[in-house]
Amino acid sequence: MGVGAIVRALSTAPGMSWIIMLAVAALLVVIATVFALALPRFKILQKLIDKLNLVTRENLTGLRVVRAFNNERHEEKKFDAANKELTRVNLFINRVMVVMFPFVQLILNFTMLLVIWVGAGFIDSGAIEIGNMMAFMQYAMQVMMSFMFLTIAFIMVPRAVVSWKRITEVVDTPLSIKPAKKPKKAKNSMRGTVEFKNVSFAYEGADEPVLKNISFTAKPGETTAFIGSTSSGKSTLVNLVPRFYDATKGSVLVDEVNVRDYDQADLMSKIGYVPQKGVLFSGTVESNVAFGANEAGEQQVKRAAKIAQAYDFVEKMEGKFNAHIAQGGSNVSGGQKQRLSIARAVAKDPEVYIFDDSFSALDFKTYLALREALKPVTKKAAVLIVAQRVGTIKHAEQIVVLDKGKVAGIGDHQSLLKSCKVYREIAESQLSEDEMRVEMEGAE
Amino acid sequence: MTDKPKNESHKRNGSVNHGGPVMMTAEKPKHFKKSLGKLLGLLKPNLGAIAVMVALTITATVFDIVSPKILGNMTNQIVDDYISAKVYDAVHEKLPKDVKLPKGTTVKELAQQMGDTGKFSEVPEAQKELVENLDLSEKPRFHYEVLGQIALLLVALYLVSALAYYVSGWVGTSITQNIVYKMRKDLSAKINRMPISYFDRHQYGDVLSRVTNDVDTVGQSLNQVFGQAISAVIMLFGILVMMLTISWQLTIIALLVLPLSFGFVGFITKKSQKHFKNVQNRIGTLNGHIEENYAGQTIVKAFSGEAEAEKHFDAVNSKLYESTWKSQFMSGLMMPVMHFISNLGYVATAVAGGWLALNGRLSIGDIQAFIQYVSQFNQPIVQVGQITNLLQSTVAAAERVFEFLEETEEVPDRQDATKLSIVKGEVEFKNVHFGYEPGQPIIKNFSARIKPGHKVAIVGPTGAGKTTIVNLLMRFYDPDSGEITIDGINTRDMERSDVRDKFGMVLQDTWLFSGTIKENLTYGDLKASRNDVKKAAEAAHVDHFVQALPKSYDTRIEEDSENISVGEKQLLTIARAMLADAPMLILDEATSSVDTRTEVLIQNAMEKLTKGRTSFVIAHRLSTIKNADLILVMNNGGIVEQGSHQELLAADGFYAGLYKAQFVTKT
Repeated sequence: MGVGAIVRALSTAPGMSWIIMLAVAALLVVIATVFALALPRFKILQKLIDKLNLVTRENLTGLRVVRAFNNERHEEKKFDAANKELTRVNLFINRVMVVMFPFVQLILNFTMLLVIWVGAGFIDSGAIEIGNMMAFMQYAMQVMMSFMFLTIAFIMVPRAVVSWKRITEVVDTPLSIKPAKKPKKAKNSMRGTVEFKNVSFAYEGADEPVLKNISFTAKPGETTAFIGSTSSGKSTLVNLVPRFYDATKGSVLVDEVNVRDYDQADLMSKIGYVPQKGVLFSGTVESNVAFGANEAGEQQVKRAAKIAQAYDFVEKMEGKFNAHIAQGGSNVSGGQKQRLSIARAVAKDPEVYIFDDSFSALDFKTYLALREALKPVTKKAAVLIVAQRVGTIKHAEQIVVLDKGKVAGIGDHQSLLKSCKVYREIAESQLSEDEMRVEMEGAE
Repeated sequence: MTDKPKNESHKRNGSVNHGGPVMMTAEKPKHFKKSLGKLLGLLKPNLGAIAVMVALTITATVFDIVSPKILGNMTNQIVDDYISAKVYDAVHEKLPKDVKLPKGTTVKELAQQMGDTGKFSEVPEAQKELVENLDLSEKPRFHYEVLGQIALLLVALYLVSALAYYVSGWVGTSITQNIVYKMRKDLSAKINRMPISYFDRHQYGDVLSRVTNDVDTVGQSLNQVFGQAISAVIMLFGILVMMLTISWQLTIIALLVLPLSFGFVGFITKKSQKHFKNVQNRIGTLNGHIEENYAGQTIVKAFSGEAEAEKHFDAVNSKLYESTWKSQFMSGLMMPVMHFISNLGYVATAVAGGWLALNGRLSIGDIQAFIQYVSQFNQPIVQVGQITNLLQSTVAAAERVFEFLEETEEVPDRQDATKLSIVKGEVEFKNVHFGYEPGQPIIKNFSARIKPGHKVAIVGPTGAGKTTIVNLLMRFYDPDSGEITIDGINTRDMERSDVRDKFGMVLQDTWLFSGTIKENLTYGDLKASRNDVKKAAEAAHVDHFVQALPKSYDTRIEEDSENISVGEKQLLTIARAMLADAPMLILDEATSSVDTRTEVLIQNAMEKLTKGRTSFVIAHRLSTIKNADLILVMNNGGIVEQGSHQELLAADGFYAGLYKAQFVTKT
């Protein structure tokens, strides 16, 4: 429309075309100035809004602490500082932005005036007709409107570019876990073994490997536990089994086949994974427990719930197994989430169970009941447990003690108490003197 | 109320402009009139400024309305001059070359002299008089001085109008920003005056979105509503009046087009509203799905749920595509069709105007002015539509703000509150009854006396309600009946701040705010010196760690800082409590989230902290429990047993069971 209008304007009154150019130039200058002033402040504005958000959020999440220390006024002052700053920048931007409308209108008005004034001269000299002048005026308006829309469109472009870049960044990220080219299958007779052969692992870009030279075998029907301090690499270790990451060196074998050689779905069908924090999806209790075991029938779901000590509370829920689970499982408690996550793994009837510190929200009584119930179903499966407390893993057939990514000792509770210093330290810090004495006597 | 924090992001994503301005789906307020009234009430202190704004807007708008008419006069002048020149030329072409007409000879006289008046019928009515009275003795020139005068007048009008608009915009933003600032300030103060129970019942994200999103919405739209509402209304009436003064016939023609465009806008709005709503809903569903699957990514993978998740995503995504496409198409239709309709109006007025001009009832300048008015007329109509829509969401947002501001506050402290200066640390519970929900008591007739310097262990399974005791001691909640005393004084008779002053608190939920480590530590004592800070940190075994950081005590802790582990955070909160140096303590023992060595450090630090102080410890370690002077055993929210370790074992109740299960198991 803009181009057409320019052409028409030029053909009706070529002598007056400079007016359009002048007006467009003025328009561009005004718009450019306004945006040059305002745009950088918009970025600042975003930061200030974030800050205000942060202060408020902190005040809300730390409400008890704030009040415990009687620092309500202090928080209000902090908020007020952020609020004032935000208001100040907001004022500035808005004051700049309100220039826009009157200025643009002024330019439009002056353009019309100029067209008539100059046009009068041309008519006087007989260069153009009155009708031409009137038409020119309309065209001039169209040209300027087009330029205005164009600039506004251009202002959107950089934002679109930034967004586009962010999208491609995600889409173009190469897959770190590559599927096997020729997937292998495990022999049926080899059910429920996990073996680590000299496994080392470093996160991408990290200098220090998290795991160094780890070797052990977890046999079917046995429990293998992993213990160590917070950053010793326990969780990372068990995450290598379902290939959340691939080992940097060495090999991880499930049923004597390297996990890299499995078809992804085939490997996953062997593994029952229970994360640290119970994760649920919106749907029903049943859809959550049967997640991953698609052909799981009602009986299987109920059995899994019973084993996971979830049956009783599910029966109390409205709708029982058809009870609604909200997004992220926000309508059940942490302990209930954890038990349903366990039920989900049990329902799959896997060959390898992985419990990544999955009992933290369970009280000890429930934990014991769960352990008993798991015994029959884990007869032919390997059980890997990551634990923080000695109490929960004392019974394990094999305990792998990790210290700074290395194996500090492998054995059962009693033998480790004798032979492994790191393990003894952990036990000492968690058990009382009396208990230690009893334990050590047992170990002798 | 039902808003969860998640919805924040939906809202933000949802507010991306989805096309036509008239078509925004506005959130409907519950009590429109009442809330609007309150919103207007906020304007009261600014009445003076508002009056100035209104006056300026009226001035600017009136000038805006008048100026096309004046511009029209300018054109009229040119037309007159042009015709005069043409007539002069035409007459002189016919006359013999050497004829000199006497001064003051008009066209009419000449025609009468020559007996030829027939030509006049060709002259348009409007110019008849001008032509008849044209002085033919001299070539008429363009009246630049008249044009100049009009032009100058217009320049002045334009400038004044622009200035008036600007100043009124300036005043307007100042008013809105002032209101918004005050709203936020009130909200922030309100948060600290609300009972804790409110926040236990409501998602904090809900409050947060009121402070930020809703206030923002009010601020942004108030600005627009304000400026535009005033000028749109004045504009509408002003233009109508001006159009009528030019020609009532043309006005009727121009107005005839209106119902057409109104009808069309209404039709499209109605049709597309549905799709716009769908877009909002489906964006919400899509975000929910993404959020959920992102958070549960490992589970989706481990249970081979990728295909299922993708299928679901595709379904929702294509539905979103469909409604977005439909809504965009609909609103995209709006502009060209509106344009077409207004062009129809244009043509109609131009044709009719031309006819009227020929009949001498209208001048060309008037037509030009009229056409300008017609095109201006659409603007305020669209604006009024926008504003009514905007007003809905503004009031809805304001309503949410007012709702929070009007919530019942904490019962104020007694005026004659007793002040405790020196505390021995004797705490007594006398027949305390308490429940979070009325009619559901969880603590029934609880009495206990804790001697100065004694240690109370609170034990029980997770979720047993151990924080209830903390809530009561700190007066986050007050007992329903009975009393809690410190050194014999009922805590209800003390100021809340005084009670809280007496307790140091270290909770497992290690709340640190973004700021430097020093700022965080001095939170317990805002006047503490750097030396005090260092001493406290040393006692809490955290000095060494802090020293190792690049900026030591000036290292900033950010919300999601990864340079500090949970255990270190806990040590910092202990140091903070040490610095506060309160005579009594409430502590949470570390559990599984901390590695064992750090746990030893924490234990150590806590022991130092509790030495000689009356302390309440939420305990997990048997050694702490055994050494406690009193054990409170909690289950299902209430206190089920109390006594010393030996007493409780002898009673062979819940505690004994718990103890046996946890510590005497053998495989």
